Amino acid sequence: MSNRNMMPLFEVFVRGKRGLDHIHVGSLHAHDAEQALEYARDTYIRRGEGVSIWVVESKHIHASQESDAQAFYDPMDDKPYRHATYYTLPDGVDNM
Amino acid sequence: MSDIGLYARRLGDDALILGQRLCEWCSNAPVLEEDLALANTALDYLGRARLLLSYAGSFDGKSEDELAYLRGEREFENLLLMELPNGDFAFSMARQYLLDVYEGGFFAALAQSSDEQLAAIAGKAAKEVAYHLRRSAEWLRRLGLGTDESNARTQAALDELWGYTAELFEMDALEERLAAAGVAVDRRALEADWRAQVTRAITEAGLQVPETAWSVRGGREGVHTEYLGHLLSELQYLQRAHPGLSW
Amino acid sequence: MAETTEDLEQAFEAKIAAEEKIEPKDWMPEAYRKNLVRQMSQHAHSEVIGMQPEGNWLTRAPTLKRKCILLAKIQDEGGHGLYLYSATETLGVSREELIDALHEGRAKYASIFNYPSLTWADIGAIGWLVDGAAIVNQISLQRTSYGPYARAMVRICKEESFHQRQGYEIMVELARGSDAQKAMAQDALNRWWWPSLMMFGPHDAESAHSAQSMLWKIKRQSNDDLRQKFVDQTVPQAEAIGLRIPDDALVWNEARGHYDFGEIDWDEFQRVIRGDGLCNRQRLRHHKQAHDDGAWVREAMAAYAAREENV
Repeated sequence: MSNRNMMPLFEVFVRGKRGLDHIHVGSLHAHDAEQALEYARDTYIRRGEGVSIWVVESKHIHASQESDAQAFYDPMDDKPYRHATYYTLPDGVDNM
Repeated sequence: MSDIGLYARRLGDDALILGQRLCEWCSNAPVLEEDLALANTALDYLGRARLLLSYAGSFDGKSEDELAYLRGEREFENLLLMELPNGDFAFSMARQYLLDVYEGGFFAALAQSSDEQLAAIAGKAAKEVAYHLRRSAEWLRRLGLGTDESNARTQAALDELWGYTAELFEMDALEERLAAAGVAVDRRALEADWRAQVTRAITEAGLQVPETAWSVRGGREGVHTEYLGHLLSELQYLQRAHPGLSW
Repeated sequence: MAETTEDLEQAFEAKIAAEEKIEPKDWMPEAYRKNLVRQMSQHAHSEVIGMQPEGNWLTRAPTLKRKCILLAKIQDEGGHGLYLYSATETLGVSREELIDALHEGRAKYASIFNYPSLTWADIGAIGWLVDGAAIVNQISLQRTSYGPYARAMVRICKEESFHQRQGYEIMVELARGSDAQKAMAQDALNRWWWPSLMMFGPHDAESAHSAQSMLWKIKRQSNDDLRQKFVDQTVPQAEAIGLRIPDDALVWNEARGHYDFGEIDWDEFQRVIRGDGLCNRQRLRHHKQAHDDGAWVREAMAAYAAREENV
């Protein structure tokens, strides 16, 4: 099983908005920190849940760059259909 | 339809057709993380297609869906690169890279358009492209410098794609008129930067800039590869089978 | 100060009794760990295999808005699979091992995905019924005793709230559409209703893992209780849009305060699990094919990462 090309596991921390702590949200596999950051962006903030990401592999911590803010986060702002409130329910149906 | 409407429509076609191709990657990516990332890229393209086709339709009272679902092969004016089948992961990523560099320049320029709607859509697209390019440029390096197999596959992809890139930098009468009016991008002006950037990245990734003797064109005139018709049959199936209904 | 296994077991049982979460570094009985790996990996595989029946309509979605919604939804399923694989990995198994187990038939996925999605209405029915059933189960699992699993469930439940609504909205639109659309919606309900009820698993008395899972608080509510909850909430939703649940025995029971409903065809349930579903082989083949096709990419990534480290 040595040549299975296991990708290292990274822990992902997301800052929900400015002023809050980075909070652990889960993990993912990537080959390097750069890829881990991108995959974290594409996995853990699909609804624009964050403004900053840290990924940590063993002893190392890597943080996303401020200059990435536009390309990283703005394109996630235009998908209201990911939220339940986007949908209207017929009269008489509630609590879905 | 007005010139601006026609221009918005062909840009919408570019986004729609590649968005549809990217959808085909869903559940087929090499790792689960990449599946999610490709879906985000596809969503960006589909969102852009909706904005552009809605705007195009606003000139003669058509909806985005009428434009997407009820036109035939000859009426689509997307660039040919968009419609080529996905091929392997190297082909899709090499295409994405070549287009991302092109779109980076294109949308930066279109954001300066005298047409406010197009400029606004381009401003949004430019942010998306910046992220797409970051990913595809890394993939080009990774695949080029990875293994012999990944290098060979990526080289083969570039060699095949290259013949479709000439079309990126050619203007027709419609775009000439609109460029003169400050609405459209003069795509000829993007070529030198594109070539320099792409050449550098391909070389640094241990790959060869293709010297392809052939090049094909026709997308902007509605003359396509045979692949487009099949893509449209799938895309348009329900609207064609059940005309005029709400979904 | 060496603690005996008995001490450790007592401490573990005390945590469970006190509704405290078990965390990855805590000592846990091997059977508890195995039970979790089985249930969580099955849950993860279900999310990922579940991308396929819906992906079947992604390129044919009838409007651009529906296409975007469907892609976002399928992407979420992949994301949820990823959250669950990650949570499972905290138990000391790798994703590769989990995927191997799936490909070799040692791990299962929800059998409902062995049914085919034949029309656009199936996309509505899957969101409304299959996600609806999954959510009932997952809400309950937010209180599961293993911390990483519970946290993944909280996140998943929050994200999935739109999944059921988008499916129901498709059904609403079809149910007030043309005759052909209405028929399409009813047909989808007819085909997905019973498999959705089967998703909750066998009756409590016949469920192989249920009793121990309840004791360990991995499961918090029984299969039959959750199934009843799903029926009670779904029947009025069908009535509201003029669709008929395909069950002649379905009737409101005033005394119980619940709907009575007919018996599930457990023979079909077993047959589909064992391989008689229309899509069993297709689903696994698709997953394996994508994985195998990606092998050279994963090799390239590993080679590139190794090269960068040596620079």
